[in-house]
Amino acid sequence: MSVRDDSGVLAWGRVHRGRHQVAEPATRGEVGAAVRETAAAGGTTLGHGLGRSYGDSGLNLGGGLVRTTGLDRLIAFDRETGLLRADAGVSLDAVLRVAVPTGWFVPVTPGTKFVTLGGAVANDVHGKNHHLAGSFGCHVSRFGLWRSDRGEIQCSVEDNADLFALTIGGLGLTGVITWVELRLERIASAMLDVENLPFDDLDGFFSLAERSESWPFTVAWVDTLARGAGLGRGIFSRGRWAQTGGLEPHRPGGPRLPVTPPGGLLNSVTVGAFNRLYRARPGARFHGRQHYDPFFYPLDRLRDWNRMYGPRGFYQWQCAVPVATMREATRTLLDTVAASGDASFLAVLKTFGDVPSPGVLSFPMPGATLALDFANRGQDTLSLLARLDRVVAEAGGRLYPAKDGRLPQAMFRAGFPRWTELEAARDPLLMSSFWRRMTEEA
Amino acid sequence: MATKRRILVLGATSAIAERWCRLRAAAGDTLLLVARDGEKLTAIADDLKARGAGEVHTATEDLADTDGADGRFSGWVQTLGGVDIVFLAYGILGDQAEAQRDTDALLRGVQANFTSAIVWCELAARAFDLAGAGTLVGISSVAGDRGRRTNYAYGAAKAGLSTYLEGMAHRFAGTEITVVCVKPGFVATPMTAHIDGRDGPLWATPEQVAEDIEKAVEKKKPEIYTRWFWRFVMLIIRHLPRPIFNKMKI
Repeated sequence: MSVRDDSGVLAWGRVHRGRHQVAEPATRGEVGAAVRETAAAGGTTLGHGLGRSYGDSGLNLGGGLVRTTGLDRLIAFDRETGLLRADAGVSLDAVLRVAVPTGWFVPVTPGTKFVTLGGAVANDVHGKNHHLAGSFGCHVSRFGLWRSDRGEIQCSVEDNADLFALTIGGLGLTGVITWVELRLERIASAMLDVENLPFDDLDGFFSLAERSESWPFTVAWVDTLARGAGLGRGIFSRGRWAQTGGLEPHRPGGPRLPVTPPGGLLNSVTVGAFNRLYRARPGARFHGRQHYDPFFYPLDRLRDWNRMYGPRGFYQWQCAVPVATMREATRTLLDTVAASGDASFLAVLKTFGDVPSPGVLSFPMPGATLALDFANRGQDTLSLLARLDRVVAEAGGRLYPAKDGRLPQAMFRAGFPRWTELEAARDPLLMSSFWRRMTEEA
Repeated sequence: MATKRRILVLGATSAIAERWCRLRAAAGDTLLLVARDGEKLTAIADDLKARGAGEVHTATEDLADTDGADGRFSGWVQTLGGVDIVFLAYGILGDQAEAQRDTDALLRGVQANFTSAIVWCELAARAFDLAGAGTLVGISSVAGDRGRRTNYAYGAAKAGLSTYLEGMAHRFAGTEITVVCVKPGFVATPMTAHIDGRDGPLWATPEQVAEDIEKAVEKKKPEIYTRWFWRFVMLIIRHLPRPIFNKMKI
């Protein structure tokens, strides 16, 4: 196993970057050697998939990193039952290319298909169907975990149940996930029947969300520059699998952003113009058939879209707030953003359901979630995020560790009171930059 | 391609071969995979089955060793029930400096990349000749296009393989037998994991190379460079005047 010194490992937000001692196992059998050797070279190490975590949860700055993308083989796929077992480095993109033509789809998908199965488990990712289907971990029957004290073990509700529950949402710290078995969802077609409905304010959003509960996929885009009576206006999008339309998978590729624009392309002027056009365009009232690729993964069409924010990168911030406080908290959050004059290009609002995750440190909670991103403008951006944090803390909510990379320790500990269980179960050879911040003594 | 094909893959654990096999598995073909690393071979066979391959057989063998080659080859063909495509992908990059000071290492490289390879190629040709049809795909390298100080031991063996395949393509011109010589440039595989800058513009992924090969097989092209621009890169390198060429550290 060769360990390479890589000085430029980047998180998706491009704010956090730095040196790692990297190994790339080519088979599951090589994971143990990769963990030991990168940990020997860097003190500790961490499993790392396609690097879509925005902040510091997927990095181990100054330490080791085990890149799992070489573990990209399927192990077994039962076309009758939809049970799929595959290496942890297999991406949802790869799963879909095999599964869709046979009438199956991943049961839960985040907004990009370029995440690995291991990453999806470690972050217990959620998608547009959370209100009915729960998080990714709800559909995982078992997985393999390589631990420095026990070698490769199997985790499920029956075997090593404690590690099963702590690894789902466990940020890769309980061991390196080697393979994952999950139950796919039956589809009759690769197309969805989609309805896009503009709404004029936050009440409009919540009433649409309520009336759309039987739709398996719902999400809303919010215009964060709107103020006053128009606060919280946006476009509600809902979809359900079509019964006809063929089982054509997505096409690979798409254009790449060839360079990082020096000043970034996204600022309050461009976003303001975009927001007005976006809501006025005919697609804002689209009713009809749409392939799953543009419906679930609009941003995958421009690879490296994260470079649009320029060389300083950006902060993605996402909170979950409980049902009791969600309306008031969402209003205050949007008010705070609008008052700051800072523009969020991607502002996504969705209601979470009450399907419990098996994961101990799972992020979603019954209520609402708001995701925002801001170009990194240094202290101004950080103080805006701190103001948003306070709203979430008062509302009894929490922040998503996979996102901003500056989640304050106190905020994390309050949001995930069982974090000490994860620390107790952590593989001593594994560590992340995020976890170092969350566990260090003040 | 509607009909299911029977494919013999020599060096099936190579990253390029594995990615190409995935394309064939999706089409439901039957494969026999040969390589040294039994554990990896099993993992690849499971993967190809899950992706929809018909049957997938494996044989854990050292292909650089040609002892009993005739019998071993016909055994594989028998297992497949006939063969439509032979895909030869194994090889070792080796280390030029080591080849210069260590005769055994030099010969090991030639044995793996050339001597043994042409034995399997000729056995494939015999099988196809008998059947009246078939496709042989050989993975050579752009390194064979001009001897360069940094890798001429590897380059010379690959040049020999390229010439051998070229001769075979000439021999079978106008028949139902196709011979494809593949010349990849830089490919980000475990074989090149030690090289820096693998995300540069000249580098390809094994998936891209596999797709290029698939197109060449469909179109029955006797020779392809992959990615395509290597044809022009090598055209220039081949025609660089010696005084300029000699100043280059390539």
